[in-house]
Amino acid sequence: MPNLSHLNITVAVSGLKTGDNPQPGVPVIRSIRAAGFTGKIIGLVYDSMESGIYLEGIADEVYQMPYPSTGADSFLARLDYILSNSKIDVIIPTLDSEIPIYIRLEKELQKRGIHTFLPTEEQFNLRDKIKLSQFFPPKGIDIPKTHLLNSADQIVKLQNEVSFPVIIKGRLYEAYKANNVFEAQKYFYELQAKWGLPIIMQEIIDGDEFNVVIVGDGKGGCLGMVPQRKLVITDKGKGFGGVVVKNPGLQSYAYKVIEALSWRGPCELEIMKDEEGVFYLIEINPRFPAWVRLAEGSGQNQPAATVLLAMGEEQVQLPPFRPGTLFIRHAEDIISDISLLGEISVNGELIRTKVEK
Amino acid sequence: MNTDQLMTLAVNKNGFIFDPENGISYTVNDTGLFILRHLQKGVEQEELLNLLTEEYEVSKEHVRSDMEHYMAMLKALHLVED
Amino acid sequence: MKKNYTAPYIERNSAGNLNKYAHTTVVRHQDSIDNVLIKDLIAEHGSPLFVFSEKQIRRAYRRLQDTIRIHYPLADITWSYKTNYLSAICNIFHQEGAPAEVVSGMEYELARHNGIPGDNIYFNGPSKRRSDLSRAISEGAFIHIDHLEELYMIEKLADELGITPRVAIRMNMDTGISPLWTRFGFNYENGEAYRTVQRLVSGGKMKLTGLHTHIGTFILDPNAYYWAAQKMLVFAQTIKDSFNIVVDYIDLGGGFASQNTLIDQYTPGELSSPSFEQYAEAIGTAFNASTFVKEHHPRLILETGRVLIDEAGYLIASVLGKKNLPTGERAVILDAGVNVNITAWWYKQRVVPTKPFPGSYQNTVFYGPLCMNIDVIRSAMPFPDLYYGDTVLISPVGAYNVTQWMQFIEYRPNVCLISETGKVDIIREKEDMSDMIAREFIPEHLRRV
Repeated sequence: MPNLSHLNITVAVSGLKTGDNPQPGVPVIRSIRAAGFTGKIIGLVYDSMESGIYLEGIADEVYQMPYPSTGADSFLARLDYILSNSKIDVIIPTLDSEIPIYIRLEKELQKRGIHTFLPTEEQFNLRDKIKLSQFFPPKGIDIPKTHLLNSADQIVKLQNEVSFPVIIKGRLYEAYKANNVFEAQKYFYELQAKWGLPIIMQEIIDGDEFNVVIVGDGKGGCLGMVPQRKLVITDKGKGFGGVVVKNPGLQSYAYKVIEALSWRGPCELEIMKDEEGVFYLIEINPRFPAWVRLAEGSGQNQPAATVLLAMGEEQVQLPPFRPGTLFIRHAEDIISDISLLGEISVNGELIRTKVEK
Repeated sequence: MNTDQLMTLAVNKNGFIFDPENGISYTVNDTGLFILRHLQKGVEQEELLNLLTEEYEVSKEHVRSDMEHYMAMLKALHLVED
Repeated sequence: MKKNYTAPYIERNSAGNLNKYAHTTVVRHQDSIDNVLIKDLIAEHGSPLFVFSEKQIRRAYRRLQDTIRIHYPLADITWSYKTNYLSAICNIFHQEGAPAEVVSGMEYELARHNGIPGDNIYFNGPSKRRSDLSRAISEGAFIHIDHLEELYMIEKLADELGITPRVAIRMNMDTGISPLWTRFGFNYENGEAYRTVQRLVSGGKMKLTGLHTHIGTFILDPNAYYWAAQKMLVFAQTIKDSFNIVVDYIDLGGGFASQNTLIDQYTPGELSSPSFEQYAEAIGTAFNASTFVKEHHPRLILETGRVLIDEAGYLIASVLGKKNLPTGERAVILDAGVNVNITAWWYKQRVVPTKPFPGSYQNTVFYGPLCMNIDVIRSAMPFPDLYYGDTVLISPVGAYNVTQWMQFIEYRPNVCLISETGKVDIIREKEDMSDMIAREFIPEHLRRV
C-alpha cells in the first residue's frame, strides 16, 4: 500500500462539493489522509457553498479559483497569489472542465514547483465524448451507435434511423434520456445553452452497467484498477452504492481501452455489457470518480498512489483489490457558523488554522 | 430616509453582512462597508460625502454619483426606505 | 495617505454567485501594444481605435510557414483577402511572399491594385461574374471552379479569348466534422467531383492544375485536415489513373482556429484551439503517407487567414457610461460596438483594463454605442470599476472586423499599424460626413426641406 507518512509536502485538490451531485475532491482527500499523509492539504473551490469547505479535517486551507472558462491568465494569476501564501507540490484536479487547463499549463505549473499526474492533451482529446465513436471501434472496442448534433433539426432527420429512447449528452457534462423527438430537442437546447455544441445522441444499451476506476501509467498499462457495479442509483442517475466485482472479461476490456489511449493519470470508465455479453464503452471520465474511496477500501489507494506518481516516484505498486467490498453513500449535515461562509465568500480564502485560533 | 433595517444587520470587518431576521447575507466592498457603517450610526448623506473624500482618494462630484447608485442598490434590497 | 477608491457596491449572496476574489487580482491589465502606450495612441488618433501589430503579423506568417514546411516543404500560404483587405495589411503578407487568395471580383481588383500579378492570384468563391472571369483568365489567375455554370462560362471565355485557363475544382467531403460545407464545390463521396473532372477533361478547354477545398471555419479538430488531405490526395491519384492528368497543387483552404473563444464554447480558446504544430502534423501525416505525393510532389496551399491576423488586431474603446443591471451585474457602455467589432457576436473576446486597478471586481457586461439590445461586446466577466473616459483593450479582433464592419449610426474609426520599428501609421482614416454623402444624389424636388 502507498504510504504517505514520510511526505512533507502540500497537496491541492479541487471539487469539494458533496451532497446529491458530489464531486470527487473530498473522497480523494480522505484517501490521501488514510495513507498516513500529515502534510498540508489545500482545497481549491469555485463556490463558497461547496460543502467540503465546512468539514473539519479535510482541507487545511481553502481558496476560491476563477472558473476555467475565465481563461488561463486569470487561472495562473490566482495560483500565483495562492503560491505567495503557501507552496503547492501536487495538484489533483477532479473536475472534467478544469482538466484541459491543467494539461495545457503543465509547464507553467512545473516552473512553479507544482506537479500533476495527468494525460497528455492528445490522450485527453481522444476520450472526448465526440471522439469516442471515431477512435475506438477500429481498435476493436465497441461504442453505442452515436450521432453528433449541431442543430436540433438533425434529430428530426434522424428519427427514423434511431430507436427511441436515446441518451442526449452534453459535451462536458449531463446526460438525459429522451423518449421522443420533442424531448430530445428540449434537452438539445438545454445542453447547448450550458455546454455548447456539439450535442451527442447515443443509442441506449440494455444490460449491466459497470464503472471502473483506474490510474494509467501513461505507457499503456494500469497501476491500479477497481471495477464496481452500482447497487443504488438515485433518480438523477448517480451511484450512491456499489460493490467491487471481479470479472475477467470486463477487466481485459478495460485494459484494452487504457492500452489504446496509453492513458496517464486517474480516470473512470463507464462500461455496459449487453445481453449477448458484448461490452460497450460509454464514457471515459478524465479524473477520479466521487466513489474513489471504494478503491481505497478494497485495497487500492489510488489517490495516494497518484500523489507519489506526481512526485516522480517510479516504483508505485498497488495490491490486488478485494471483490465484494461495498460502499453506501451517506449524507450528513455539517454544523458550522455563518461567519465561515463570510470568511470564504469575502476573502476568497479560508485558512483553517487561523480560524481555529 | 429610514435606515432602521440597517440596525439589525451583523456587519463583519471584511464586508460580509448577515441579516439575522431573514437569513440573507450580502457582500460589500471597502467603500460600501464604510458607507453602511456610517449610515448605521445615523450620519447624513451630505456629511458622508465629506467623510468619504477625507478617507479616500476621490473627488466629491465623482463620489456623489456613485453614492446615488449605492443608495439605489440599498433601496432595491430593502435595506433602506424613503 | 488616503485609501484607494472604488465605487461602493453591495451584492446579495446566493448559491451560484459566490465566486469572488475580493482582494486579489484575476484580471491582468495591458497598457501598451508592442511597447506603444495605449494612452498615447488614443491621444493621437482618438477613440475607438483599431491597432494592428506588424511585428505580430510577420511573426505569425513566418511561424505558420516554418511549421508547415517542417512537415511538408512544398507548402505555400496565401493571404486570404476577405479576412482583412486593408492594403497595408495585405502588403505585409505579400512582402512575406504570400500570393493573394480572393473570393470576388472586388477582391480580385484589390489584389491587382496592390500590385499582385494575375498569375499569383487564387480566385475562389461562388459568385464570379463573366467580366471577373474574363479578366482573371486573361491575366493568368488560378480559377477555382465552384459550380457547373462557372465551368461552362470558363469554356466559353477560353474560346473567345483563345487562352487555356488554369483551373482547379473545389471539392467538399466528409472530414469527420459537422456541419459539412456541402453548398460549395463538388461532393467527393457521391462521385460529383469525379464527374466534374470528367466533364472538364472532355471539354478540352482548360488545364486542371489543382484541387481545392475549404472544409469549414474555426475548425477545432486538426484531424479534419488529415481526412481532407487524405481524400484529396486519393482523388488526385484517381485523376492521374483515369485521365493521366497530374495536378500541381492541393489547396486545403483555411479554417484554422485563432485563440478566440466561440460564444458557445466552454473551454477558453487559448486552451482549446489547436496549435500550428497540431494542424501541420495532421496535414503532414496525410501528405507523407501518400503515394501520389511520393511520385508527383504536389504543392500544398493554405488560405488560412484568421490565425495569421486575429491576434495581431486590437480595438481600444472608451467608456461612455455605466449602470447597474437588475441582475446585479454592471453594464458598461463603450464607444465601439458590434458596428465595428462584428466578431463579438461569434466570440467571447478578451477585454482587459488598460491600467492597473486596486480593489474589487464586479461582473461587468460590455455594451456598444448602438441603440440596439444586441450590441453586446462581451457577456459578464469580472472587471474592475470603470469611469467615463477610461479605456479598455479588446482582442483578438484582427480577423473579419475591418471587412465586415457596418456603417450604422456611427462613423468607422481610425485604423493604425505599429511598424516593427515602433512607428505608428494610420492605415485607414476615420470616416466623416463626406463618406456618408459622397455617393448620394437628391432629386430636384427633394432638395429643399
